[in-house]
Amino acid sequence: MTWKMLAAAAMLAVLPFTAGAVEPDEILDDPALEARARVISKDLRCVVCQNQDIDSSNAGVARDLRLLVRERLVAGDTDEEVMAYVRARYGDFVLLKPPFNSSTYALWLAPAILMLFGAGTVFAVLRSSRRRLAAAGLSEDDERLVRDMLASEKESGK
Amino acid sequence: MTRAIAALPVLVALIFGAFFLWGLNPNRNPNAIPSVLISQPAPEFDLPAVEGTGVPGLTRADLSGNPEPVVVNVFASWCVPCRAEHAVLTRMVERDGIRLFGINYKDKPKDASAWLEELGNPYERIGSDLNGRAGIEWGISGVPETFIVAGDGTVLYRYVGPVVGAEAEKQFATALAQARKKNGGES
Repeated sequence: MTWKMLAAAAMLAVLPFTAGAVEPDEILDDPALEARARVISKDLRCVVCQNQDIDSSNAGVARDLRLLVRERLVAGDTDEEVMAYVRARYGDFVLLKPPFNSSTYALWLAPAILMLFGAGTVFAVLRSSRRRLAAAGLSEDDERLVRDMLASEKESGK
Repeated sequence: MTRAIAALPVLVALIFGAFFLWGLNPNRNPNAIPSVLISQPAPEFDLPAVEGTGVPGLTRADLSGNPEPVVVNVFASWCVPCRAEHAVLTRMVERDGIRLFGINYKDKPKDASAWLEELGNPYERIGSDLNGRAGIEWGISGVPETFIVAGDGTVLYRYVGPVVGAEAEKQFATALAQARKKNGGES
């Protein structure tokens, strides 16, 4: 009974550490630098398993890039300099958050434009339906016509 | 106004249709990563020779001052597609007379020299990139990858994956012909 609980507790205890791909030999001695390296790694895309950040990827190139990031940090680079270093070699593609420039205007602005377009459509549809409601009353001629029709109907029904 | 609104669905359908047409194009590879190296000078690197191959190592200096474009191929003995590509590269060297340089990516020198012993060595120079750092300088995502570098050291073309099969070989040959033409025009 107790050993089962202990085993379960042990399994739960290691769970948070299973997700990362960072291997023990990569981790820097300086916890502050390591923390910065982790943050940078989370913003860098793995070029093999695209859509995964290098922090959680097991690919060989991802490991190399993690080591490179740490090496640059130890050499005294700022976070921006490390990013720029990797970006100079792999391009904007390596950034998980693409920069806002002429080639990404469509990417960044499309949601806002679609949203405006949708809002405009909804607004136009609602307004035109309200106008239709306002004109719902029948004209005098129509009223008379309906009255006559109803009367003739009643008569033929008898 | 009503007519404009009536035309709206057609317009939307046209826009989406054009987008889907673009997306369904079989020649479009959504996984292709644009290389930042194209039209840029080749990166700095300095790689020692692979022991046992008998050819010298490869450095950045070897890529500039050449009379014609050269081909840089990143390969490894553990890479299975490289084996298929090896025949194509050998043929290009023997038939088309290209100058082929190799970057031996994360490979044990013993394995690499045995591999070249078995298949033949079409490479003029081979640099041993044991830790893969030169690979990062070149921005590669795996092996094999093949670059065409102009005589002055400018990277002109990058092919990701093995240059194997009629389609790939044609694509590469076209790029090489263009590179040669451009090089000839400049000098």
